[in-house]
Amino acid sequence: MRYSLGAIIRNAATGHKHWPRQWREPEPKKAYDIVLVGGGGHGLATAYYLARNHGLTNIAVLEKGYLGNGNIGRNTTIVRSNYLCPQNIQFYEHSLKLWEGLSQDLNYNVMLSQRGALVVFHTPAQRDAAVRRGNSLRLNGVDAVLLDRAGVKKLAPAIDYSPTARFPVLGGMLQPRGGSVRHDAVAWGFARAADARGIDIIQNCEVTGFRIEKGRVRGVETSRGSIMAKKVGIVVAGRSSLVGKMAGLRLPIESHVLQCFVTEAVKPVLDTVVSFGAAHFSIVQSDKGGLVFNGDLDGYNSYAQRGNLAVVENVAASAASFMPCMSRLRLLRHWGGINDMTMDGSPIITKTPVKGLFFNGGWCYGGFKATPASGWTFAYLIANAEPHSLASSFSLSRFETGLVINESGTGPLPGTH
Amino acid sequence: MRITCPWCGPRPLSEFTYGGDAGKTRPKKLDKASPDEWADYVYLRENPAGRHVEYWHHSGGCRSWLVVTRDTLSHEISKTVLAYPLAGGAGS
Repeated sequence: MRYSLGAIIRNAATGHKHWPRQWREPEPKKAYDIVLVGGGGHGLATAYYLARNHGLTNIAVLEKGYLGNGNIGRNTTIVRSNYLCPQNIQFYEHSLKLWEGLSQDLNYNVMLSQRGALVVFHTPAQRDAAVRRGNSLRLNGVDAVLLDRAGVKKLAPAIDYSPTARFPVLGGMLQPRGGSVRHDAVAWGFARAADARGIDIIQNCEVTGFRIEKGRVRGVETSRGSIMAKKVGIVVAGRSSLVGKMAGLRLPIESHVLQCFVTEAVKPVLDTVVSFGAAHFSIVQSDKGGLVFNGDLDGYNSYAQRGNLAVVENVAASAASFMPCMSRLRLLRHWGGINDMTMDGSPIITKTPVKGLFFNGGWCYGGFKATPASGWTFAYLIANAEPHSLASSFSLSRFETGLVINESGTGPLPGTH
Repeated sequence: MRITCPWCGPRPLSEFTYGGDAGKTRPKKLDKASPDEWADYVYLRENPAGRHVEYWHHSGGCRSWLVVTRDTLSHEISKTVLAYPLAGGAGS
């Protein structure tokens, strides 16, 4: 069924009892042309674009748990493309352009809200860095606006502008087209649109091994039996090293936990996405009114989807320093997600030494905003066995050749990106 | 999470800085190691879900480097020793 105003009216007249399920629940077939391991946002987007852009539909998406339980439902919903390195800017800008048309494309309201993404700076050195980044963005045709203190104050009056502020606001760099997206709707919208094109989405189906013969992938072993496939794509954020190991891949990845927080709902206080310049702290107000924010990684290898209290304290201190009006708010929820951090802080979309096996992962904490472009370029790679021009820099071989893409310039220390 | 420093006793996490996987061994003959060996040492990680041997620096305390054996699922620490007697490869 196509969602429309007419559909709402028709279903309202019949008591909303006849809305169909958004996707089927098929039994896995014995064989597919393509199997995607992982039904997260990126896996579902890959499946959708394989059908939409390449006409391939004999595809299964295998998900260990249920849709929306992984990082697609654990992020802070922010989308933007204000990176520094040209490879990342071009890639994330393509993603932002796809976000801009996604609700129409999927016939599913992902509730994109382009309320602007603002990075505040507090020192002259930070201003220089922000100007450099803004110039890099504009050279790549991406929107960036330098704001002075008054400009930031007009946009985000809730920040501390008092004479005693520990980190006085000097100004900010705004990307007006940045914003936020309803993250669950992204998973559901891609799933529904992929399913409508005939792709099987199989939940509660864990991949336990790969069938590889003479250097070519033949299929996967799963908790629901063997499934043969001509091509297999691994796209398992938070589990990349473990699943990759089953296929004999060794990856430049460490898994770290990132904690996120949401407060009780309050009246509108912040209508743009804001990042604090003095600490790692980003905040957005959800449509329901809760303030959603995150801080630093916990900083050490972790597969626990929960975090440590030292970081909770640090994030709370950042919040109280940046927006003192938050200090009396109560936290509604607090959770952790596993981030596959690469050695250079940039993602990996690549062929592997195994023929027919492709890998997409290592999204650090930039994965959510990348969802459409990740699916777009990974689908291209799987369909053509050649990388898409926007993602050719994200190969696995860059770690051997030295062509790493390191936004932060911190070296091969995944916890610092 | 607390780490029991061999010099200082149990101390809170905020006193420590993470130093990453201690299982990697630096190529012995620095001039002769191939680019592949260097790439392996610098970039590739086992990244296990479970027992992990890793470096921690007691940066806010006695400034010793430690080798800690910790479970990455439960954060349970089973062993903490000083790093310098193991210089050259704690994992070997």
